[in-house]
Amino acid sequence: MRIVEASNITTLVERLCIEACCVITDDIYNSFKTSIKSEKSPLGREILGTLIENADIARSERNPICQDTGMTVVFVTMGQNIQISGGFIEDAINQGVRQGYQKGYLRKSVVSDPIDRVNTQDNTPAIIHYEIVAGDEFHITVAPKGFGSENKSGLKMLTPSEGVEGIKRFVIDTVSQAGANPCPPIIVGVGIGGTMERAAYMSKKALLRPVGTTNPDPTLQQLERELLDAINNLGIGPAGFGGSTTALSVNIITGATHIAGLPVSVNIGCHATRHAEGRL
Amino acid sequence: MSEKRVLKAPFTNDTISSLRAGDMVYISGTIYTARDAAHKCLFEMLTEGQPMPFDFQGQAVYYAGPCPAKPGSPIGSVGPTTGGRMDAYSPKLIAEGLKVMIGKGSRSDAVVEAIKQYNGIYFAAIGGAAALMAKCVKSAEVIAFDDLGTEAIRKLEVEELPVIVAVDCKGNNAYQKGRVEYEV
Repeated sequence: MRIVEASNITTLVERLCIEACCVITDDIYNSFKTSIKSEKSPLGREILGTLIENADIARSERNPICQDTGMTVVFVTMGQNIQISGGFIEDAINQGVRQGYQKGYLRKSVVSDPIDRVNTQDNTPAIIHYEIVAGDEFHITVAPKGFGSENKSGLKMLTPSEGVEGIKRFVIDTVSQAGANPCPPIIVGVGIGGTMERAAYMSKKALLRPVGTTNPDPTLQQLERELLDAINNLGIGPAGFGGSTTALSVNIITGATHIAGLPVSVNIGCHATRHAEGRL
Repeated sequence: MSEKRVLKAPFTNDTISSLRAGDMVYISGTIYTARDAAHKCLFEMLTEGQPMPFDFQGQAVYYAGPCPAKPGSPIGSVGPTTGGRMDAYSPKLIAEGLKVMIGKGSRSDAVVEAIKQYNGIYFAAIGGAAALMAKCVKSAEVIAFDDLGTEAIRKLEVEELPVIVAVDCKGNNAYQKGRVEYEV
């Protein structure tokens, strides 16, 4: 049994909220630099240059990359031999969010009820996903999610007979209909299989895979490449004003599913697809 | 890119008429922020015949809800939000004179028709480039709906805010045009 202090979880989450909102990850930043060389549209290249400049300002001045500092999605991977001491884990995480959004001058964008829509003023509650694993690791990823891109995401319960062609059609249609709204160049997270909610979870988690890495499964690697080419042929381009850089990456996660089903979820991440991770 | 074109806000009809979809320009002067909740309030007040919190003529509305300002800064990061969510309210506001809009993403046919009818214009700021845009803001003051927090109406003095003409006064659409050009 290993003890993790609740107060240390709070401190870590506070730091990760600020870091995720102000510092674009190296893989995405580097892919802007690569894309600017291959982008066909002059205006598209200008926009990619602006995104690089924005990322530089945000990092050096510790100001948020985007004013929509999102709903705070937190992925917790926790070994079954961990014991949390000094408080309830969920309270510790939400306290970290509260402190991070306050101290980091991040926007508070969460309403307590979808109908009444009253702002909670501290960006809580976070959306927390727990994965219990063997051993005693404790790992947290904070991934603030803006709703320009979240609103353009989608899920469809396909039939098995629709197969890979059906999957491709749904992914491409979802991105095509999203157009300029999710702040392209985007990252496309795809979850295939499971049940309805598992597909959605997998598509969200897929956004965390670094740009430039490939899927370990050769079949999925091929599917990701085909989808990325098809998406970049849509012509949407940087900020949606036309161009050859619509997506930086397509990341797929699959899971076991039912004999009668083929759930497919597409979670779109904006050009910043913010996240930061840490361990205790 | 050709030489930098800086436009003065508020706008004249001649300035609006001279712009074409796809032009990259810079805005200097006074603009007002308003997004979902403020639009709902303005719309309801108009329906009830109440006076507006500022004179709409020639003024630009920026669909944005900023981050809190750090001490010593006039405003926090302030990029554009999705214009489409304002579609339900915009035709009525455009008819009342609030016809220069700054946001991001596509608009409904009804909004484009209103833009054509009233010589309006829809600019897009670059979505997500909010830290950079905050540096263009020289001062900010809440002038209405303070209780809405980030969604309050703020009067901003901006200097060379970079925008692209997304829908010009003839209804030409830079998103559609650009996409068709680069679609393979």
